[in-house]
Order: sequence, then structure tokens, then C-alpha cells
Amino acid sequence: MGYTGPLRRLTRRLVGGRTVPVLTVCLAIVLVWYLAAIGLNWQTETQKLTRAGDYTVAEAIAATWSAQRPVLPAPHQIVAEVWKTVFDVRPTSPRSLLFHAWVTLSSTLLGFVIGSVLGILIAVGILHSRTLDKSLMPWIITSQTIPILAIAPMIIVVLNSIGVSGLLPKAFISTYLSFFPVTVGMVKGLRSPDRMLTDLMHTYSATPFQTLMKLRFPASLPFLFTSMKVAVAASLVGAIVGELPTGAVAGLGARLLAGSYYGQTVQIWSALVMASVMAGVLVWLVGLAEQAALKRQGARA
Amino acid sequence: MSDARLAPALASRATPEARLAAFALLTVLLATGAFLLLPVGGWPLLFVGLLFWASAWGLTSSLAALSPASKALDRLLSIAIPALFGVTILVLWELIVRGLNVPPVLLPPPTAIGSEIADSTHLLWADFVQTFLKAVIAGYVLGCGAGFLTAILIDRSPFLKRGLLPIGNLVSALPIIGVAPIMVMWFGFDWPSKAAVVVVMVFFPMLVNTVAGLNAASAMERDLMRTYAASHWQSLLKLRLPAAMPFVFNALKINATLALIGAIVAEFFGTPIVGMGFRISAEIGRMNTPMVWAEIAVAALVGSLSYGLIALLERRATFWHPSIRKG
Repeated sequence: MGYTGPLRRLTRRLVGGRTVPVLTVCLAIVLVWYLAAIGLNWQTETQKLTRAGDYTVAEAIAATWSAQRPVLPAPHQIVAEVWKTVFDVRPTSPRSLLFHAWVTLSSTLLGFVIGSVLGILIAVGILHSRTLDKSLMPWIITSQTIPILAIAPMIIVVLNSIGVSGLLPKAFISTYLSFFPVTVGMVKGLRSPDRMLTDLMHTYSATPFQTLMKLRFPASLPFLFTSMKVAVAASLVGAIVGELPTGAVAGLGARLLAGSYYGQTVQIWSALVMASVMAGVLVWLVGLAEQAALKRQGARA
Repeated sequence: MSDARLAPALASRATPEARLAAFALLTVLLATGAFLLLPVGGWPLLFVGLLFWASAWGLTSSLAALSPASKALDRLLSIAIPALFGVTILVLWELIVRGLNVPPVLLPPPTAIGSEIADSTHLLWADFVQTFLKAVIAGYVLGCGAGFLTAILIDRSPFLKRGLLPIGNLVSALPIIGVAPIMVMWFGFDWPSKAAVVVVMVFFPMLVNTVAGLNAASAMERDLMRTYAASHWQSLLKLRLPAAMPFVFNALKINATLALIGAIVAEFFGTPIVGMGFRISAEIGRMNTPMVWAEIAVAALVGSLSYGLIALLERRATFWHPSIRKG
């Protein structure tokens, strides 16, 4: 093999891989965004400028990118707002985006953990009881086709009226949303060892519990992590929607609702960006845990 | 098992059919007894209720233990067992709520929900028309269509495919429902804003799945098309699109649920005074929980019916696929 310079190798890897295409698409999205911001904010901003007097096109474009209450805020406005509310404000004050993100994150995580544990327990129950398998499993699958989120406001209000408020009702919705994917994935995973392996456990005269712990549970890990990625995203959505109906004062959902009441588009977008970053990080963390667990099992990366 | 202790006469020597009949009779008797005891309440009701539960469990498990020889009977059983389980839950729900005098605000009994559905059919129908027939259908068709067409367009460019797929996968994990307030600001309070939320929600699952599906045809089959000197469009229409259908239908099924959720939640951000999401948040404000449950029952029914319809279409369209051909 001839010598290829490190620079050339790097370029080839970048173009042949994903980095350059993804960056190009991102750049295109930002460009389209700026153009769309001009188009959508043009009318209101030029009206304002006409009232003030003469204006040039450059001035008008600059105005559409720095409007107070834009129809579509320009990306740099959102970045500035996120920066301001994350780094320039104490994290404990209700003006800080970190404060709201933490409120949402805490109920997301609590609900996700309870939901995953519950999902695993139900899956083990379904595995060991033919009656549960035949009677409960169809309902669990049907329930995935039901818009469960519609139930969220009711759970919050009902739990509030019996004196349970704060973290738990929201976490309950996240639990509800996250246990379905985990149950379905785990049942599939626990059943994944083939006949040969279960027969081997049988010849060792292993108890059902030993078979579960030493064969079925390790075999189900890939399924568990895949469904946990879905579940963690779902529980974040659950926590956000759970903050909508009761006029909650804290959390990303409350920021969205307050922003839509007062026409603060930049605030809505910054809450959305925060929620997206959180979803990305949560899924990425589950992915890291998956890699670590599978590596310990001896899977090749 | 508790059922063996409860009914010693039904010990294992009885035939399965006799056991089944005995359990069925016992369950119906106990359910009737429990409803008759409702005015009395207290310990007798609790006792009979528990007995009913045990006997219904026994009935379900003896049904589940059957393995009939004929295929039709087997299919009937696979519907009857979950149905029986559902009815058991409903009866227990009714007994618990009425026996313990749970305030209807917390949890209304199923009969109250049923009579609410019967009483306010016109309201439920109006909400169904507004949310489902207008917002969901329009958004679903537009979003799925746009995702499908985009996938076919970017299919010709590996560069775009490599760039858009990771972004599409990322977006699928994001809480897209948060764009609802923005869409309400842009498109107003009526159904177009809800349809727009649905479009954004269903677009990316469709895009990602269709692109994956277009790659599903194997190299051997593609080479065959090349030896036939098939053009790009010919091989797309005759080989790759049919091969992509299982993936497309997978996205259609995921999106059916997403679309309904998107339209309902978007109505929490502002709506005219009709629609399923509006009704839910308004009736909760009035603490009228039976109506909320009625609305949720309608949503559940609509959700599972549309899912079932798409699954049915899938069976017709992908009749050649091993997972369907086998049955």
C-alpha cells in the first residue's frame, strides 16, 4: 500500500463517512431557517419600520433577525436566549432554564426507573404464567395503539385532588408511558434463548429462578436496552405533557405553555431546544450503558 | 393454586370441559351475588368479590390451558381469553368503586362512563369529527405522503441519505409534541394547526422507515433487475418499492398512534370549543371525570380501530411476506 498523507486520509474518511453529509444538511437547515425568518417576520417588522420612517432592505432584514416577538426567531436569537438563561442566571432561580430542565428531568428519571422495573417484573410474570400471557399480553399490545397521553391531564388533576402533588403525578405519567415498551421488549428478550439452551439448563437441573438469572436475563439485555431507549424518550414526553394542564409553574412544559400564553416565541423555542438536548443526552446515556453491559458480556464492538 | 382449594369438587380428575363449565357457572353466580350485595356493602361484599376474582382467574387459566385441535377454535380462544380478562377487570372496577364508595371524581364506575357515552353522543361525535376526521386525517395523509416522497427523492443520492438519516433518527427521539404552541401561533386555533403538528410528528418516522425499506431488496435481486436492463424507475416500481412495503406499513402503524396523540395534545394549547383535547381539558376543569373517561374510551376505540385497519391493509398488500404467509 502506498503512502497516503494523513490529510488525504482524513478528507476521505470525512466525505465517505457521515460527518460531512450531516454537517452539510445541518448547514442547509440553518440557511433555510434564516431565509424563512425573513419571510415570516417581514410583514410585522416592515410595518413597524414604516411607522418609524424610511428604511432600506438591509435594515428590514436585520430587523427580521432581531425582532422582539418574532413569528419565527432566527437561530442566533434562540442560542442567545438559551445561553442567557443557562449561564447568566443562578441555576436556582425560576428564570433559569436549568431550573426548569431539572424539574422536568427529575420526574422523567423517576418515572423511567419505576417504569423500567415495573416493565421487567411484568415481563417475568408473563413469561412464567400461561394465563397472564394469554390474557394480559393482548391488552398490553392493544394499549400501545391507544393515545395514552390523553389521560395525562386527568391523572394530574385526580392525584392533586387527593393531595398528591409535585413530582409524583408527573412521574406516574412517565412510568405509564415507559413501561409498555420495556414489557414488550423484555418478553421478547426473555424468550430469545432457543430450545437447545433451555434444554441444557434443564439437564443441569436448574431451577426456574436459576434459568432466569443465568440464561434468560443475560440473553434479554440487548432487547432491554433497545426498548429502554424508546422508553426514556417516551418518559420525557410524558413529563413535559404532564406539566401542561394544571398551569404548573416549573418545568419545560410550563415554559412552553407560558410562552404560548404571552406570545414569547423565543422562550418556546429555547425550551424546545433544551428538551431536545435532554432527549439526545438521555438516549445517548442509555446507549453508553448498553455498550458497557454488552462489552462485559464479551460482545465485540 | 387458590382455585383448587376453593372448589375441591373440581379436582384434577374432572375433565377439562366439566371444569370449564363449573368455573363459568361459579363465576357468573358470584358476579350476580356481588352485585346483589352492593347495597349491603362491607365485609360480605369484599368476600364475594374476592371469590369472584379467584373464580374468574380459575376460568381464565383453565381456558388458557386448553390447546384445541381445530384452528378456528384456537383463534376464537385467542380472542375469548383477553376479552374475559377485560370483562373481569371491568366487573372488579365496578365492584371496588361502588363497594368502597370511591368518589366519582377520582374514579367513576364503568356503568357511569357507559351512560355518559350514551347521553352525550352528539358531543362526542362533534369532537371526533373535529379532531379525527379533520386534523388527524389531513395531517396523517400529508405527513406520511411527504415523508414517503422525500425518501424516494433522496434515495438517488447516497450523500443526502447519509446526511439525513442520522438527523431523522435523532429527531424521532425528540419531544416533537413541543412544536404544538408554535403551530397554534402560526396556523391559528382551528384544526389546521393541529394537522400541522401531526405532519411534523409523522414525517420523520415515515422518512427513516421508507429509506430503510428501499435498501431491503437483496443484492441478488438487484443484480437480477440489472441483468434485465431495468431502468432506475422500473427496478424501483417492480422490486424495491414492493420490498419496502413491510417497512412503510410499520411506519404507518407507528404514525397512526402518534397522529392521534399529536392532535389531542395540540388542543391543550388553544382550540375552538370543540375537539377531543379541548373536551378533556375543559371537563377536567369542571371535575366531570365520567365525560373525560368517555372521551378517552372514544380515543382508545378510534386508535385501535385505525391501527387494526392499517394492519388489515398490510396483510393484503404484503401477502408475500414470510411473517404473513406462514399463517
